[in-house]
Amino acid sequence: MADLSTNFLGIKSPNPFWLASAPPTDKQYNVERAFEAGWGGVVWKTLGEAGPPVVNVNGPRYGAIWGADRRLLGLNNIELITDRDLEINLEEIKATKKNWPDRAVVVSLMVPCEEEPWKKILGRVAETGADGVELNFGCPHGMSERGMGAAVGQVPEYIQMVAEWCKQHTDMPVIVKLTPNITDIRRPAEAAMRGGADAVSLINTINSITAVDLDSFAPEPTIDGKGSHGGYCGPAVKPIALSMVSEIARNPETHGLPISGIGGVTTWRDAAEFIALGCGTVQVCTAAMTYGFKVVQEMIAGLENYMDEKGFETIEDFRGKAVPNVTDWQYLNLNYVTKAKIDQEACIKCGRCHIACEDTSHQAITNMVDGKRHFEVIEEECVGCNLCVNVCPVEGCISMEPISGVDPRTKKPVDPDYANWTTHPNNPAVWAKEAAE
Amino acid sequence: MNADQQARDVKAGRLDPDAYSDLFSDLHPPLDGHEAHVEADRCYFCYDAPCMEACPTSIDIPMFIREISTGNPLGAAKTIFEQNIFGGMCARVCPTETLCEEVCVRETAEGKPVKIGLLQRFATDAAMAAEKQFFTRAPSTGKRVAVVGAGPAGLACAHRLAVKGHDVDVYEAHPKAGGLNEYGIASYKTPDGFAQAEVDYITAIGGITMHYEKALGAEISLSQLSADYDAVFLGMGLAGVNALSIDGADADGSLDAVSWIGDLRQASDVSTVPVGRRVVVIGGGMTAVDAAVQARALGADEVTICYRGPKERMKASEYEQEIAKVRGVSIRYGMTPKSMIVEGGTVAGITFDRGGETVTIACDEVMKAIGQAFVPDSLNGSGETIALDGGRIAVDEEGRTSMAKVWAGGDCVNAGDDLTVTAVSQGRDAAESIHSALSA
Repeated sequence: MADLSTNFLGIKSPNPFWLASAPPTDKQYNVERAFEAGWGGVVWKTLGEAGPPVVNVNGPRYGAIWGADRRLLGLNNIELITDRDLEINLEEIKATKKNWPDRAVVVSLMVPCEEEPWKKILGRVAETGADGVELNFGCPHGMSERGMGAAVGQVPEYIQMVAEWCKQHTDMPVIVKLTPNITDIRRPAEAAMRGGADAVSLINTINSITAVDLDSFAPEPTIDGKGSHGGYCGPAVKPIALSMVSEIARNPETHGLPISGIGGVTTWRDAAEFIALGCGTVQVCTAAMTYGFKVVQEMIAGLENYMDEKGFETIEDFRGKAVPNVTDWQYLNLNYVTKAKIDQEACIKCGRCHIACEDTSHQAITNMVDGKRHFEVIEEECVGCNLCVNVCPVEGCISMEPISGVDPRTKKPVDPDYANWTTHPNNPAVWAKEAAE
Repeated sequence: MNADQQARDVKAGRLDPDAYSDLFSDLHPPLDGHEAHVEADRCYFCYDAPCMEACPTSIDIPMFIREISTGNPLGAAKTIFEQNIFGGMCARVCPTETLCEEVCVRETAEGKPVKIGLLQRFATDAAMAAEKQFFTRAPSTGKRVAVVGAGPAGLACAHRLAVKGHDVDVYEAHPKAGGLNEYGIASYKTPDGFAQAEVDYITAIGGITMHYEKALGAEISLSQLSADYDAVFLGMGLAGVNALSIDGADADGSLDAVSWIGDLRQASDVSTVPVGRRVVVIGGGMTAVDAAVQARALGADEVTICYRGPKERMKASEYEQEIAKVRGVSIRYGMTPKSMIVEGGTVAGITFDRGGETVTIACDEVMKAIGQAFVPDSLNGSGETIALDGGRIAVDEEGRTSMAKVWAGGDCVNAGDDLTVTAVSQGRDAAESIHSALSA
């Protein structure tokens, strides 16, 4: 049986599934229910400095987009950091950690961008016995208007500065949570590393407006006729998160920096993908907020099953295994030629592959053969783009198969050897080089 | 006591007064908004969709379902009505299991087609509830067209002609419009006066004048109509029923199923309609099923459909047969009627030949549902005789008869299945043909 236990920066947890800093981790009551359900750890909802807590709106905080059958695909929120008293939170963190010593309890923090408030809050957290801290440099709404959250995360110098303060004032491991609302995720990650941070976690939520109410002409969620952008999360953001995680994992400057992956983790498979891109743990919020804490049991069972099938005994056995395969476009093998193939037994004849290809791509799929409704790939036209696979409602019905010999489209032999753009005769850089020689 | 010796027992009010509304309620309750959205999400928006191909009126089904799923049921209704102004009734009575839903790719994929009929009903009900009219009349052409028969064929034709700006007089033999929608289809398929509501919705376009209790060959004649009007459309359906030529076929208690259903449909209170305790229905089509199921619903203890041929030849679809069985009707196959057992002038039973063996079923009532027939007599004496084909009016692909200025469609012509949806498409297409002839 696979061993799912993790040791992330010395923080141990029975499995890599942590609840992200968010509404589900705002109270002892919720967190203990999560631990009872099997979650390996939590990042406690962000604490602010002592004094009157922040306030939240009293109207709707969430907006969403849905797929078929109203399956929630993306969630957005305008909730701020915890609006509960600091002392109550600290007491509850202490009690929870005491009750659940085998689970990871990391505390998210956000205080003004000055050394003293950071020093003060770190001392208070250390007293609770928490396992570590996560610096919230990502929250994109409300707090960022006050110079915190994403306002810090968008300035690498600030990240470095605060990380340095924190490393100086605590022995607890320091995780820097990154905002995706930037142009190049490597810069803030490098800054965190320079500041001495032990790890980064990403992504925080993405600036978003989920919808516009077409009666009131206001963005959703709407508070008394007005709306503000919120932070977007859920299954829809996973591709963005995976890309950003991969950027950090393969960047020579940050390679090896521990990562806690966040962004749309909904099933064991999503988690395994983040781990394959180098993450030591994953953090989940929307899946729990959609289905309740029990979903972690599917994640645990699914990951165990996958690891057993693959013969991975520990998470470390496959962590980062996909990183070497993330490359730049220019290094992709241009001699790798595939053609779509439709399994006629599985085909239900909906025709979506045909119309997608016919209207928007390469006219490479039939719809009628000998007067009969029949969908078949015309290899002379197929460029192997995969669009038909993606629009087909039947999983596994259309596959992309590599070919050898002569490509019916180009009428040229398929070169079995690897060759990429850097040496391609159409590349202007290659002409320039040849001219120089 | 031997069953044959039981006293004949035909009466009304067999059931608790409360039972009727339940037994005659909607066969398929309508989808609510949530159900419609869940179901609409299942449609794959197929290219050159097989469902659309299978629909005799070629409704753009993927488009209307997509309109439902995006919160535009009125747009969906417009998409439907543009092809089929009887979209509401067709949503209720079309044998979708042998048309659009049979070829749905989700039937292929998982044996569960998208519920196209119910979605169509959702959209058309929404439009009718909102009294939303999608068509306006073109400027008057000054042309006048006579339509004979206010059933699906006649009114589909009249509506399309009205849209084109022609003035239409509809002549109907019955006191109400709707044809078989009003007089023929089982109550539980179209409850709550839907047929009349739909007629009102269709004729609300204007330019259509109804003339009731005017039967061709009696109050009106084809020669007169073709002299008075610029064009004539014949859509009077099938006036006759096939005769059952066995001894005792006309005894008391031996009923014609079509008129029995018609009486039932017109009854203001179904509990006042008498029914036997043991009923035999002879036939294998939808009328047989409709009569049998409603006889059961009225409280008959035993209802048996006796069909001459084997199961697979029965015209009522397998799904219809299933409905009959679920509602407590027995179906027996290979039963050829031999003679009626008549006692004191009334039916006491009926004898069949079943593969050489004689089978007798004791009963109080026999309902004959062995098919309807076209009665050409009404056409004669019109100066010119219309060519017939297979006992019905011969038409070309545009619905033109052999007589100049005269078109025909629906059950009275020899083309296509005798379905509401087929009649609608023939009426609509004949209107287009009439319009181009009148515009020439």
